[in-house]
Amino acid sequence: MSALTVFYIGLYYVAAIILIGGLAYRVYEYASTPAPLNIPTTPAPITKLGVRFRMFREIAFFESLFKSNKWIWVFGYLFHVGLALVLLRHIRYFQEPVWFWVELIQPFGMYASLAMIAGLAGLWARRFLVDRVRYISTPSDHLILVLLIAIGLSGMTMTFVAHTDIIALKTFALGLVTFDWHPLPSDGPLLVHLFLVALLMIIFPISKLLHVPGVFFSPTRNQVDNPRERRHLAPWAAALDKDNG
Amino acid sequence: MAAAQFEVPKLSDTAYTTVPKIQEGSMAHVKTFPAVKASQEFLGYPFELADDWKERVIERMGQSLKKYRSLRVFMDACVHCGACTDKCHYFLGTADPKNMPVARQDLMRKIYRRYFTLPGKIAPWLVGAEDLTKDTLNDWFTYYHQCSECRRCSVYCPYGIDTAEITMAGREILNYAGMGQKYSSEILNKVQKIGNNLGLPGPALEDTLLGLEEDIEADTGVAVKMPLNVKGAEILLITPSADFFSEPHVESLIGYAKVFHAAGASWTLSSHASEAGNFGLFNGNYETMRTVAMRIRDAALELGVKRIIVGECGHAWRVAYAFWNTLTGIGYGGNDPFSIELQSKLDSRYKQPMHICEYTWDLIQQGVLKFDKSLNDHRTVTFHDSCNVARGSRMGDEPGGQFTIPRNIIRAVVNNYQDMAAETIGEGTFCCGGGGGVLTDDLIEARVKGALPRMNAYNAVAQENGVNFLALICAICKAQFTKVVPYYGFDMSQVGGVHQLVSTAIKLEQD
Repeated sequence: MSALTVFYIGLYYVAAIILIGGLAYRVYEYASTPAPLNIPTTPAPITKLGVRFRMFREIAFFESLFKSNKWIWVFGYLFHVGLALVLLRHIRYFQEPVWFWVELIQPFGMYASLAMIAGLAGLWARRFLVDRVRYISTPSDHLILVLLIAIGLSGMTMTFVAHTDIIALKTFALGLVTFDWHPLPSDGPLLVHLFLVALLMIIFPISKLLHVPGVFFSPTRNQVDNPRERRHLAPWAAALDKDNG
Repeated sequence: MAAAQFEVPKLSDTAYTTVPKIQEGSMAHVKTFPAVKASQEFLGYPFELADDWKERVIERMGQSLKKYRSLRVFMDACVHCGACTDKCHYFLGTADPKNMPVARQDLMRKIYRRYFTLPGKIAPWLVGAEDLTKDTLNDWFTYYHQCSECRRCSVYCPYGIDTAEITMAGREILNYAGMGQKYSSEILNKVQKIGNNLGLPGPALEDTLLGLEEDIEADTGVAVKMPLNVKGAEILLITPSADFFSEPHVESLIGYAKVFHAAGASWTLSSHASEAGNFGLFNGNYETMRTVAMRIRDAALELGVKRIIVGECGHAWRVAYAFWNTLTGIGYGGNDPFSIELQSKLDSRYKQPMHICEYTWDLIQQGVLKFDKSLNDHRTVTFHDSCNVARGSRMGDEPGGQFTIPRNIIRAVVNNYQDMAAETIGEGTFCCGGGGGVLTDDLIEARVKGALPRMNAYNAVAQENGVNFLALICAICKAQFTKVVPYYGFDMSQVGGVHQLVSTAIKLEQD
């Protein structure tokens, strides 16, 4: 097995451990930090079911962003929905036989990559064109967009321009999952694509990509508006009651 | 009104405020006065930076990150999308980019990243992380006191990031390091030492109430009472102390008293808890907020009341509605001895605490109150949703009751009502510009400029619909607008309370 294959196998195991371990740690951190006060942004749902519906709208449709700014919503939504379809399309590399619905979405996944790149391009353009957004942008804000665009373009190169050896790639990917390792095809676009994806996995738990777990833990969105009916009390706050007897 | 020392923004031709091009540093000179030694020491803070200020800032920040999930998640979750950048009234009125919610948050986020995250430790230049310096704290002091904690940004953030939570944490860290704000610090002293934010002692309060009773009787011929410290009264009214002697606030107090009178209610005020406001919220210190709120619990137990009703005050209603149960047990659902002690004495047929608007609207629906709406015919009224009521609380049983109930009351007592533009009311309401501990003369420039979006919306209905009365349910809004509307060419008599309108129209029966 070539050194290149060994490197990529190692890279993906490291990346997977950092991604999963890092996100698990963040989720643990967020979940274990108390929310001492009831602070939903009102009007807010008054039942748990209502909160689930609010979270669903937020995550499936970016409801707050839609209220906020139609351009960011359009570009952000194109990118995220495109990315979701592209990711679902990639499931086929990790299973044999492939699920029916994964087969079904293959063509959609192909065109979704275009939507994804269009969305990213729009978001990036705003960082140059809108003075307010230019002011708040850091180098990492630009680089994450560059990274995602490069992942998208390298992937699209393989889909639309120069196909890689897809059978060998699938054997490699399945081997990663089953710990039965096989050589990786050494096409340029593939190596770039896989390297950048691993990089994205590695930076996920230490970057603003934490908005993904973060949104689920946002107290202004996930709390029920019921403070008159229920006493919300953080453990450290409950200790204060004891002093008053 | 003294001539302004700064340029007052021009009103636009429409209800909407144009998003300005950013002007870096345009509000850097507007600084609130620092708190003095005595008042900071009373609150348990140093009054100036000591040698270990840097350690204290990082230490307190670390503690807050562990105590508040909001801060913890909000520091990480922002993607700099820019959705909030044009949502803050202070940014719209001043064009200073540090008044954009995300930039205000980033003042803290860059320190968070530098000292609490891996990328910020190894490559600060990459992620916008910066070393903590005195300049950082000066920026915090300036811009965390140009935020009214109104939560408008949190409505529009895709992750619900609430800059108010960050401003509160920032002020708490500043206090802990030795940079307090004079205005809030002194108020927190007065409320804890005397019982209200204005420092009005018990005997003076008693005199004031007697004077008001005489005024009402002279005016209406009806002996409407304003009872104080009555043990065994059914209802304890907790209202902002401005209601006792500020104009136009006192007109609403008269309104509440008339409503109670017409309903034949047994009610009382308390000199111990003669303040609904709670500046502990603004400073972001849970213990202070709790200590201030405990006076109300103590008064309720002392007087043996069965119901607690809150007067017209925005942030006070947020604290009462959303936090009193947690802080003091005023509410329901407690299963610990501390809350049971109080909750077992409250009348469970009613919401606890209840907003005066909920109370009045219930009575209107029951047909208990009678009005002559024509007495308000000289007014064409609009209603300003106060930020803390709109986005931090509720009235009634349904989400959004905080918008419908006050409007229902107004429509029941006036003939001429007109809402302002839809995007500027309800959950999208613009702050008056004076909330959150900003209502002080040293910040008048921020207050006047921050009022611009609301003034544009008000101006539009004044021009098109002849609106001449801005109805409010917040003591800070009343004080702020009274001071600020003249800068925009309106008379301060156009500002008043919802219960002032009730007071004008209510029909009282002779005893």
